[in-house]
Amino acid sequence: MPSPAPAVALRGLGRRYGERPVLHDVTLRLERGSTMVVFGPNGAGKTTLLRVLAGLLRPHEGDVEVLGAQLPDEGWRVRGRVGLLTHDPLLYRELSPRENLRFHARLHGREAARIEATLDAVGLAARADDPVAELSRGLVQRAAVARAILHEPELLLLDEPLANLDPAATARLQPVIGRESGRTRVVTSHDPAGGLADADVALGLRGGRVALLARAEELSAARVAELYA
Amino acid sequence: MRRAIAALLRKDLLVELRTKEAVPAMALFAISTFVVFHFGLDRDTVEGDVAAGVLWVTMLFAAVLGINRLFVAEAEQGGFDGFLLAPVERTALLVAKALALLVFLAIVQLVAVPAFAILLLGPDVFQALPALLVVLVLADVGIAVIGTLVSALGIRTRARDLIVPILLLPLLIPVVLAAAQATAPLFAQAGAGPLPGRWLAILAIYDVVFGLIAYAVFDFLLED
Amino acid sequence: MTYGKGLPALAALTTLTLTAALALVFFFAPLDADQGFVQKIFYLHVPMGIVALAGFVAGGVFAVAHLRTRDARHDLRSYVAIHLSLILAVGVLITGSIWARASWGAWWVWDEPMLVVFLIIFLLYACYQPLRFSIEDRDRQARAASVFAITAGAFTPLCFGAVRFAQEAYIHPRTFDSTGVGMPPGMFVTFLVAFVGMTLLFVTLWKYEMAAKHTTFRLRALRRALGGEEDLAPVRRSAAPQSL
Repeated sequence: MPSPAPAVALRGLGRRYGERPVLHDVTLRLERGSTMVVFGPNGAGKTTLLRVLAGLLRPHEGDVEVLGAQLPDEGWRVRGRVGLLTHDPLLYRELSPRENLRFHARLHGREAARIEATLDAVGLAARADDPVAELSRGLVQRAAVARAILHEPELLLLDEPLANLDPAATARLQPVIGRESGRTRVVTSHDPAGGLADADVALGLRGGRVALLARAEELSAARVAELYA
Repeated sequence: MRRAIAALLRKDLLVELRTKEAVPAMALFAISTFVVFHFGLDRDTVEGDVAAGVLWVTMLFAAVLGINRLFVAEAEQGGFDGFLLAPVERTALLVAKALALLVFLAIVQLVAVPAFAILLLGPDVFQALPALLVVLVLADVGIAVIGTLVSALGIRTRARDLIVPILLLPLLIPVVLAAAQATAPLFAQAGAGPLPGRWLAILAIYDVVFGLIAYAVFDFLLED
Repeated sequence: MTYGKGLPALAALTTLTLTAALALVFFFAPLDADQGFVQKIFYLHVPMGIVALAGFVAGGVFAVAHLRTRDARHDLRSYVAIHLSLILAVGVLITGSIWARASWGAWWVWDEPMLVVFLIIFLLYACYQPLRFSIEDRDRQARAASVFAITAGAFTPLCFGAVRFAQEAYIHPRTFDSTGVGMPPGMFVTFLVAFVGMTLLFVTLWKYEMAAKHTTFRLRALRRALGGEEDLAPVRRSAAPQSL
């Protein structure tokens, strides 16, 4: 059942770390089925924004609506409906990818059959029983992607999902979490051209404030690169 | 809730089975402590309240090792985030961790209590065993509840290794006191005396009170 | 909120009451038949102990309010209450030790539940500042401190119960027992005045520290408004709340 509510609607979102503002007055809207790419230099607030949207960080100011739920008061309604992929794979190193997925499937109340399908989708079936600690960076990222999409999230939050991956891994993961997957996504990126091609809407953050917000096709890579100047 | 607790507990036991980080270290530490007590007290055998004291101080210190590490995987390997993203109650983590700690303590005591009986204890332990078991269960529940709460409190501090023990020792004094008082007559030289009921009552009250408090405040430690 | 309001009057009242209490202690209260002059430390020791415990409990109550409302002001109130009680608790241990030496002949007596429990509680609350200091994130620090304050607040009566249980014979003089006030009226009046004085002293100091902290916060906020972030020295890591 398609819901009329947008995937994400922010009005005046603010979040501080101590007394230092990390995000300030962020207002935007993301429709279901579309993708927003978030640009900005390190420390601009990209990761903080993703964690707020995931319900992991409480917003200090403003209205935050994710998948029709008001955060933080209705945070429980968002849980289990968002998939988060960060620099930290959120996997137990001593356990194998399959064991990790089994654990998450149980937490999310999903049937075990999804595990094999997901492992196949990210191309990890062959190494699914080795401890995560013994896997290469590319394989760990595949396992992390499998973890993030296992419960079929309605909103996918990706923090530089394809950074430092070899072409084989990129080719494998692109159909799963890329634009062609048809998912509603918020993706952070440092690659202006690639990021714009992958998105419908582009957001530029600088010092925690919105410096750029436009439709992706209206923007040039050069305009995005100015953010980093 | 029960589903989430079972998933978390299975995961914790599986990780411990793989890494063998906590339980073997705790058991080894307990046995070493008995040896240290042998030399520190210069006694070949102990009985009565000294025996009870040695046993419970050793159990307390061994527990500190496990409590210190209880949330390390969650903090360092993203377990907190993975858990918080899932549609389950926060309390499930408290219950699962306390149960995991309880299992660890039980395994450690399965090794440490016989070792204590062989190495240090003067009187025969067998006739006192059922009563001792009751005290062990009541005290372990208290240690597990407070241990989980303090571990969660200390895990995101800069000085976890220091904060956890200095918080834990004063908080567990009533448990050690009541457990030692309840155990002392069991280790009497003249043969095991009856189990003093009021000390069991103190342990039970402690378990219930701190169980409720941990339940009430634990969620706030997970928030960001 | 202005914590400075009425502070001068309160301070004056505190000084007056404490002076009156001292006068009563030395010139009015009867000399104790058994213990003689040293018993007069009682008028310092007992009020200090009660006020310190009440302060710890108040810290726990503010902590509950903090977790319920997420209002950082409650955390500040809790912090100041516990911090002052900790100072009083040191005083309680020192005066108790002196009293024990004078009347029982030893600086420390283990079979004396009140003193032992007070030591345990002191050791527990002594972790409050290190705990806060070891957490950098302000919100997280405040929440952890509140969780601690609530747990420790519940621990206090439980520990009293357990330790009392452990000692069959009490040698600690009990100020009040179930039959009523166990002391001559002259002593009781003096005790009451001393107790009121100690309570007033605690409230005055609490309000004073609250006012001082608020002024510091507001000064900082004004500096930021005027000069921007660059002019401000960064907040150093601290056990005390640094902003609201």
